[in-house]
Amino acid sequence: MIYLDNSATTKTDPKAAELMLRIMTEDFGNPSSLHQKGVEAEGYIREAKKTIGGILKAEEKELYFTSGGTESDNWAVFSAAKTGQRKGKRIITTQIEHPAVLEPFKELERQGYEAIYLPVDGNGFVDENALAEALSEDTILVSVMYVNNEVGSIQPVSRIGSMVKEKVPDAIFHVDAVQAFGKLPILPGREKIDLLSVSGHKIHGPKGTGLLYASSKVRMVPYLFGGGQQKNMRSGTENVPGIAGLAEAAKLSYANLEEDRRSLYALKDYFAKELTALPDVEINGPAVGQQETADAADRTDAPHIVNASFLGVRSEVLLHSLEDREIYVSAGSACSSHKQTGSATLRAMGLSAGRLESAIRFSFSVHTTKEELDTTLEALRELLPALRRFTRR
Amino acid sequence: MKTIYLIKYAEIGVKGKNRYVFEDALVKQIRFALKRTEGEFEVWRAQGRIYIDGPDDYSFTEDLPQGNPIDEQLRDQLGRVFGIAGFCPVVSVEDDGFDKLAEEVVSYMQRTYKEGEHTFKVFARRARKSYPMESPEICMELGGRILDACDNLSVNVHEPEIELNVEVRERIFIYSRIIPGLGGMPIGSGGKAMLLLSGGIDSPVAGYMIAKRGVSLEAVYFHAPPYTSERAKQKVVDLAEKVSIYTGPIRLHVINFTDIQMAIYEKCPHDELTIIMRRYMMRIAEHIAKETECLGLVTGESIGQVASQTMQSLLSTNEVCTLPVYRPLIAFDKQDIVDVSEKIDTYETSILPYEDCCTIFVAKHPVTRPDPEIIRRHEGNLSEVIDELMEKALTDHEVIRVHG
Repeated sequence: MIYLDNSATTKTDPKAAELMLRIMTEDFGNPSSLHQKGVEAEGYIREAKKTIGGILKAEEKELYFTSGGTESDNWAVFSAAKTGQRKGKRIITTQIEHPAVLEPFKELERQGYEAIYLPVDGNGFVDENALAEALSEDTILVSVMYVNNEVGSIQPVSRIGSMVKEKVPDAIFHVDAVQAFGKLPILPGREKIDLLSVSGHKIHGPKGTGLLYASSKVRMVPYLFGGGQQKNMRSGTENVPGIAGLAEAAKLSYANLEEDRRSLYALKDYFAKELTALPDVEINGPAVGQQETADAADRTDAPHIVNASFLGVRSEVLLHSLEDREIYVSAGSACSSHKQTGSATLRAMGLSAGRLESAIRFSFSVHTTKEELDTTLEALRELLPALRRFTRR
Repeated sequence: MKTIYLIKYAEIGVKGKNRYVFEDALVKQIRFALKRTEGEFEVWRAQGRIYIDGPDDYSFTEDLPQGNPIDEQLRDQLGRVFGIAGFCPVVSVEDDGFDKLAEEVVSYMQRTYKEGEHTFKVFARRARKSYPMESPEICMELGGRILDACDNLSVNVHEPEIELNVEVRERIFIYSRIIPGLGGMPIGSGGKAMLLLSGGIDSPVAGYMIAKRGVSLEAVYFHAPPYTSERAKQKVVDLAEKVSIYTGPIRLHVINFTDIQMAIYEKCPHDELTIIMRRYMMRIAEHIAKETECLGLVTGESIGQVASQTMQSLLSTNEVCTLPVYRPLIAFDKQDIVDVSEKIDTYETSILPYEDCCTIFVAKHPVTRPDPEIIRRHEGNLSEVIDELMEKALTDHEVIRVHG
C-alpha cells in the first residue's frame, strides 16, 4: 500500500498509540478527581501543555484542547464575532478556507455580520491588496489559513498579522494552522496571531483531538457549559489519552523538523519534476520548479502537498485506477454529471474546467519514500495513456 | 377479554383452489416480518382467516394510533407485508351467555366511539353453529342494546359509517376498525423476476412495485471500476437492502461492465453508446435470469424520461430479450416515482452523489430515436471481441445476499 493522502489523515504514530493505550487501560483517572488517579491524569495534560507550549512558544494558559480542527475553527470564529460585536460587524476571510471556517462565516452572515471573502491569485496566495482595502475600522475578525489544504500554498501570515494589527489593532487575527502545524515552525506571538487552530490526526496523532491557541490578550467566550473544565472555557472531561497522543505526535513532528522538512522538499521537488515531464500534466498551486533553489525557510509552498492536473483524465477515474494498485490519493472533484464540481480552492484560483476536473492531490508524510513515489510515477506512466483513450466526446 | 389482530387479505380470497398457496405464503411472510419485532406472537389460521395473538395474557392496545412499543412495531411490520388489505384490532371475549356479550359489545362501542354522531350496523357471523341464537337475531338484539345505551349512535343499514362485526367462534370476536395494509399479494405467490438495479431513484421503486404482486426478486447491478467507485456499489447494496424489507431476501448479482463499456466506446458511434450499453445489460440480465429461474426482467424505465427511454429506444433495448420485460413505472411521472421512493425510504440513499455511470460514457447528445436496423449494424463492430467479454463478465460475477 502506498498512502499519499496524508492531508486527509495520517497513520497514528505507534509511540502515541502506545501512550494512549497505557492511559486508557492504566492511568485512566478523571483529571478532576481529587484522588491520586485524578492527579496522575492531570499530569498528562500538564505535560502535553508544556510540550505544545514549547513548540508554539506559548504560555500554558493559552492552550485549550478541543475535539479537532473543526471545533477549534468554529470556536475561534464565533468567539471573536461575539466579543467584537459592539465594535463592528465586518469579518474577513479568504475564498480558499476550509469549510470549518467558511461555514461559520456564512452562519454569521445570516446573523447580520458583514463577511468579506478575499480572492487569491493563480498560485493560491491571498490578495494582500484586497485585504488592505477590506480592513476597515469596524473589522473585528480576520481569519486566514496558514497552509492551504489542497494546493499547499503558505500564506504570508506574518505580513498579514502585521497589517491587521497596524490598521485595526482591536481586530482578532485567527489562523487555521491544521495543515501547517507539524510541518513548519509556527510562532503565534511573533506572527501576531491571536487564535490558532490545530488538529491531531493530521500529524500522526489521534482523530478527535485538536487544540486552540488563544493569546492571553484575547478574551474568549465559552460555548460548552458544564463542569467547568479548562478554566470554565470548555467544559467536559478532558480527553486525556487524546491530549497526550496529540502532544506526543507534536513532539515527534518537531523533533527533527528541519531535517524532515528538507527531505520532504527533496521528495516533493523530485516528484513534481517527474510529473511535469509527463505529457499534459500541470502542477496547481505555488510553482514548484522556481523554489527548488530557495532555502527551506523561504519557500512559500508546503513540503507535503503536490496538486497536479492530468488533462483529459477525470480525477475520480484516476483516483480509482490508482486505488486498484493500492495507491491512495485524493481528488478535487467527484465524477458527477449534474453538479458543479471541482474544489472551491482551485476554482478561486481561476483554473480552467479541464484542470479542475482532472486535479489530483498527493500528500506526503515523513514515512513517504522515494521508492513509493517511483512506483506511483510508474503507475501513472502506464495508466494515463490508457485512460486518455476514454474521454467524454 | 383480550385484544388480538385479524388480518384481512386482499385478492387471495378469489384464488379458488389455489387459495391455500396464497394463504401459506401470506402466513409465512407475516411470521417473517414479525421476527423483526421484540414481541412473541402466534400467527394462526381458522376458517379462512388469519389471526395474530400475543402470548398468553398479552393484550394488544385497542387504541389507535398510540399503542405500546411492541404494538407499534407490530403494526409497522404488518404495514410492510404485501397481501394484507388491512388488519383489525379485535376484542376477543369468552362466551358467558348473551347478556354478558351484549355488555361487552356496548362497552366496546362506548369506549371506541366516545365522541361525535355516528351511524352503525351490526354484522353477526355464527361460525359456531351450536350457539343458541341465529345471526339475524344477534344483530337485532345487539343493535337494540347499543341504541338504548348510546345517544350518539344510530342505525343505518344501507350506508353505515361503522360496521360492527361480531363473530361467534370458540370465543367471540368484536371489531369495527381496519388499519389499511399495503394490499397486493404475498411474496412467494407469484414466481421470481430479475430486477435491473442501479443507484438511481427509479429501479428500487420498480422492484418494490413488482414485488407487490407477489413476485420475489433477484437483482443485477453493473459496475465499472475505475469509472465508478466502490461507494457507488455500496449504495446499490444499501438500496437492495431497503427494498428487501418489503420483498424478502434478494440475491444481488454484480457484473463488472468496464471492459464491455470500453469496447463499445471504442468501436461504436458515440451518440449510440448508451443504447448499445443498455442492450448488453439486458442480454446479461436475461442470461442470469434464465440461470436463476427468473420468469422475467424488471426495469425502472418510464417513457420519455431520458434518451434511452423513448419508445424507439425501448423498442431497441427490448428486442434483445426473449423473456418478458416488466416496466411497472412505464407511465409514471417522475414526482410519482419520487413519492413512492420516499414512502419506501429509498429516496435519501438514491440521491447520494455516487454515480453509476461515469460521464465519459454518456454522450452529450445521445440518439433519441435509434433505428433498430442501424443499431444492430453498429453492434456488429463488436463481433470480434464481444463473446469473450460477455463470457468473462458472466463468469466473474459476484453475488451478494441482502436481506433487510
